[in-house]
Amino acid sequence: MRNPLSQTIVNIKPSGIRRFFDIAAERKDTISLGVGEPDFDTPWHVRDEGIYSLEKGRTFYTSNAGLMELREEICKYLSRRMDLNYDPKKEVLITVGGSEAIDIGLRAMVDPGDEVLIPQPSYVSYEPCAILAGAKPVIIELKNENEFRLTPEQLLAAITDKTKILIMPYPNNPTGAIMERSDLEKIAKICVEKDLFVISDEIYAELTFGDRKHVSIASFPGMRERTVVINGFSKAYAMTGWRLGYACGPEEILKQMTKIHQFAIMCAPTTSQYAAIEALKNGDTDVETMRESYNQRRNFLMHAFREMELPCFEPFGAFYVFPCISEFGMTSEEFAFALLDVKKLAVVPGSAFGLGGEGFVRISYAYSLKKLETAVGRLVEFVTELRNKA
Amino acid sequence: MREKILTFIEKNSRVELKELAILLGMSETDVANELEAMENEGIICGYHTLIDWDKVTTERINAVIEVRVTPQRGRGFDSIAERIYKYPEVESVYLMSGGYDLLVMLEGKTLREVSSFVSEKLSTLESVLSTTTHFILKKYKDHGTILHQEYADEREILS
Repeated sequence: MRNPLSQTIVNIKPSGIRRFFDIAAERKDTISLGVGEPDFDTPWHVRDEGIYSLEKGRTFYTSNAGLMELREEICKYLSRRMDLNYDPKKEVLITVGGSEAIDIGLRAMVDPGDEVLIPQPSYVSYEPCAILAGAKPVIIELKNENEFRLTPEQLLAAITDKTKILIMPYPNNPTGAIMERSDLEKIAKICVEKDLFVISDEIYAELTFGDRKHVSIASFPGMRERTVVINGFSKAYAMTGWRLGYACGPEEILKQMTKIHQFAIMCAPTTSQYAAIEALKNGDTDVETMRESYNQRRNFLMHAFREMELPCFEPFGAFYVFPCISEFGMTSEEFAFALLDVKKLAVVPGSAFGLGGEGFVRISYAYSLKKLETAVGRLVEFVTELRNKA
Repeated sequence: MREKILTFIEKNSRVELKELAILLGMSETDVANELEAMENEGIICGYHTLIDWDKVTTERINAVIEVRVTPQRGRGFDSIAERIYKYPEVESVYLMSGGYDLLVMLEGKTLREVSSFVSEKLSTLESVLSTTTHFILKKYKDHGTILHQEYADEREILS
């Protein structure tokens, strides 16, 4: 029998988080701060709307691009929150989570040999998706001293004549880093000058703290026509399991993305689309309440790190903190395994998120304060014991 | 800032001052001053504990009474409301729009205690025209908190 497998996919490593947590899941009494999804339930009025749509028998396909009413609500939302204006008829596509949008966005825009710039540490799917699309991923290693922001110098150094796309993963998973207006201005200018396209993954856009409102790179001069904005409902409205995201961008690109979506997916789940309309129409206060809770937990963790003198830049986005553990002379994987072994506390090694993640661990604060308090207790013990040994 | 403090302590008034300050990103002194000011201004009127009395052997009976009254010249409903809320067994009194005037919530130890309050004290007040008493059979949710709820984190350990 011939080898049934594609060499391209065989050569791609499975997600490092998965490997780690398969082990963590087997240990009893483990507290996990590993999950990258909200601990809140989807707001009841949103769930209720999903149930209602089922009761009404709305169990059909929607159009490939998604329900027009949802696309219109998305455009209104982007206009009022992000100062972005899109045509719901031609420039919006409803996808199965933001992840699908990343995949088909890359597939719609690259040819073999094109280079895709991927700042890391970042979400685990950009690199494999770029490879699967036939492109060559080029990694930009983000630095702790820049608070894991992408600097113009780093970007310029990575650009070649083959560079076509820049992935902008902000607010960032796993570091919690954000890019503010002044940071983005310079990046946008380079993109226009060097004729780069941008896939901007803004799934955490609603989760920024300390009066630092999210700014979309698509809102800068000359950027709208070269940017695909990706967002979704998972993080802002605690709707991970509904699998609903969207992409907005120039008609030319969206048309091709819709084509892939049409053949591969058909349409995003109909129940989820009806629920999402309700989320956009009446969900602002839910988002606000959850944001405030996350912020309290963020404050709690940052204070705890200061107390135990664990270096960590203050992250203003997403729901992760990314403390530095290099003082202990272990790799982030060794540290995470030891922490799991000795204190039954699971965090994700920074190395799972690519270059630049070594020496750090990702701690999610999508957990109740009570749980975080217990977890911090265990972390303090662990850190103290390690320091006493040294 | 006040609203943030209030929103938090409305759900958890036992939080320690130090912790509250950390969570809200304020200094301890600022939080303490705000709390004191809000107590003095009558914004914070008390710190109560939400108890599910059904889980305790002590019997409690809760009733909701709709009361229709004749308002008094010059004082409206205030004076009759006062006569009612002064009774210690009365938990809350609200002036309502709609088919009746005052909503009285009552807690008693026995059914007899509640019924005698209604028949002997409440109904006999001069301006009370009529009363309709409803007994509470079961509390599902109180003060925004779902009673009898068990929370399990069902998220897969990783995502």
